[in-house]
Amino acid sequence: MSDVRIITANSAAALAAKLCRVQVVSAYPITPQTPVTEELAELVESGELKAEYLTVESEHSAMASVVAASQVGARVFTASSANGLLYMHEMLHWAAGSRTPVVMACVNRGVGAPWTILNDQQDSISQRDTGWIQLYCKNSQEVIDSIIQAYKIAEQVNIPVMVCYDGFILSHTTTPVEIPSQQLVDSYLPPRPPVIGISEYTHMNVNPLILSDPRPDVDGKMAPGYMDIRYRLQQDLLSCLDVIKLADRDFHELFGRTCGGVCWGYKMTDAAHAIVSFGSLASECTLAADLLRQRGLRVGVLGVRSYRPFPKDDLVKALEAVETVTIFEKDVSYGYEGALAMDLKSALYESANHPRFSSYVAGLGGRDVLPETLADEAYRAITGEVKHAWINIKN
Amino acid sequence: MATSAAKLLPKEEFILPGTRSCAACGLMLTYRHALKALNPGKTIVAVPASCMTVLHGVYPITPVKVICINNPFGATGAAASGIAAGLKALGHDDYTVLAFAGDGGTYDIGIQALSGALERGANFLYICYDNEGYMNTGTQRSSASPAGAITSTTPILAKLQHKKNMIGIIEAHRIPYIATASPAFPLDLFDKVRTAKSVHGSRYMEVHAPCPPGWGFPNKDLIKMGKLAIDSGIHVLYEIKDGVFKLTSRSLNLAEKGRKKSIAEYVKGQTRFRKINQDQIDYLQHFVDERWSEFVQRHHRTD
Amino acid sequence: MKEGKVQDFVITAVSKPSKGEAGKTGDWRSQTPVIDQDKCSQKESCLLCWLYCPDGVITREFPLEIDLEYCKGCGICAQECPRKAILMVDGRDPSCQ
Repeated sequence: MSDVRIITANSAAALAAKLCRVQVVSAYPITPQTPVTEELAELVESGELKAEYLTVESEHSAMASVVAASQVGARVFTASSANGLLYMHEMLHWAAGSRTPVVMACVNRGVGAPWTILNDQQDSISQRDTGWIQLYCKNSQEVIDSIIQAYKIAEQVNIPVMVCYDGFILSHTTTPVEIPSQQLVDSYLPPRPPVIGISEYTHMNVNPLILSDPRPDVDGKMAPGYMDIRYRLQQDLLSCLDVIKLADRDFHELFGRTCGGVCWGYKMTDAAHAIVSFGSLASECTLAADLLRQRGLRVGVLGVRSYRPFPKDDLVKALEAVETVTIFEKDVSYGYEGALAMDLKSALYESANHPRFSSYVAGLGGRDVLPETLADEAYRAITGEVKHAWINIKN
Repeated sequence: MATSAAKLLPKEEFILPGTRSCAACGLMLTYRHALKALNPGKTIVAVPASCMTVLHGVYPITPVKVICINNPFGATGAAASGIAAGLKALGHDDYTVLAFAGDGGTYDIGIQALSGALERGANFLYICYDNEGYMNTGTQRSSASPAGAITSTTPILAKLQHKKNMIGIIEAHRIPYIATASPAFPLDLFDKVRTAKSVHGSRYMEVHAPCPPGWGFPNKDLIKMGKLAIDSGIHVLYEIKDGVFKLTSRSLNLAEKGRKKSIAEYVKGQTRFRKINQDQIDYLQHFVDERWSEFVQRHHRTD
Repeated sequence: MKEGKVQDFVITAVSKPSKGEAGKTGDWRSQTPVIDQDKCSQKESCLLCWLYCPDGVITREFPLEIDLEYCKGCGICAQECPRKAILMVDGRDPSCQ
């Protein structure tokens, strides 16, 4: 019997961490992530979750402590948002370079200055080059499901996973969420394998200074240089697209739900025009697609779930046949355009008949984005009127 | 019982010879005896980017027989508390977590993470080896550098400010064990690390680690300089156990016999003080004397 | 501690212990310590040279020996010996004097 509760995405995230039997939690409060830290604290203090909870003094320390706990073998969890995530920046690189299977929730929020506490995705997008896997959730169900999957993925490839979901739109909005049983989660996610072996008299120096070129080890065997180790991270990130797909497929078999693997489509089968987006905005775009279909346009939506690694081949395959691609995103690479737009264009550059592109920056700092607006703007894009624009700019 | 002779120290060396550290490294002598006092088979060390990184060697070889986890510069306190939490969660209660950072990584960039960990009562021993500057990057000023010292970022005027009272800050956290030590008094250092190991909760030690290239004195004078620092009251040996302050070792003798040396001899032997004038010497002497009498008073208060 | 499978750490950098990490550091020396065994007290109650050697390259058994393959020649042992039984002689190899 399924247990459906009306909860926020933040509650879903805390419950997911509990269901995954995390052993060390370390977090620092920031709006809109705060309820995650509170609910986990309650679970730990009440004894429902048997874990160490570190109420650290900063996000830098939150990430530093979970990375270290992960290095000695614990399953760890943290969460942050916006400037908190940026404060972790150094440690995000360190987590990926250390190949620790850290899982964190990023509750997407705009970045100061000036201060905003409301949603956009500038925070996580600005951390895209840290070597983390980034999964974007379109609803609260995907939050709980993705965090459970994230441990499966992270502990298989030893790469940290950031599960991103939109602040307030998801984090503080209650919707029905199916809570999987502990028994089912346990069968999907076994305890963390003790890969990083800390045992008596196993002397070692983890993440030392390394040379640019290989150097012989104590037995005379050549050990890699910095670039070789970094190349492995890149290779493992690229090949873990399959791991992400498989984790979702296995999840589907056990739980009967899917998050779409690396990307998901809505009415894409017969689509002549595609809208591409991620997070809850992609979910909003499905409503816009329906409105445009009422206007006689064959419009579908492609939601990007795995932004890093970037599922280039899957996206190209889904978009090769369409006439136009319209991208909506809540982030921008200042001085150019949206990050997803840039990535998609470069992905499709080599395909035989690449579609016409338009890209939009929307909803920064919580500015409202209505399906009707998205539909109108997509219409202008499809008819060739607009190449790139910011939506709802008011002077 | 205080260890009274070198022969009572463990014979085994945990730092294998042929390290990258400079000749006559005060840090290495400190680390050598600290590891003897611990059980390096059941110790996990957290270090920041520092001379400790250099000591621990270039991949894929390390000279140190211990588990060491390297961390970004400001992260030592947080990482050590993460290691402690991870070990506890996994049920490994028999390990000692040792954070080992320099003065830059403790007084400056690491103070926030360290303060947070101490306030939480994280279960680790934190040893700050204080060589009074950023020696690994080439002798820049830190907040632990003494007034009157030329560093590469106080090249002309010398450092104008006194050393930060870090132990005062540490003490304000009310942790169960605080001690100072010097590699010039290895038996005292050994005993304090042993005591610290046996205490549960946050423990802090500060070791005054003379640095021949950074301070500008001959290699052979490492111990002499370390002793002069104690004899002149520049560095004072004591421990604070559950809030009770006690002078120890040579500093205790000094307090009892009252033959503290002036700092003139100490500064004379180091080229970093080459530009120090009489006013600056007086300034430093006043600071040292004031601190010394506070320590002696505290010692007698808790007699 | 539970004996886990210790991963060979090919995915990230992990060093294993060995002596000579920085090579034969005896090459750094410009002066070499020579022990006069007759002057040495040969008593366990002393051992100050062993105690103060940062590199730990002096044996604790008598007659004391210094590992010249790795001794960096800092001269602390000679300076601290209460009986002046250790002499620093110029060069890397005292037998060449």
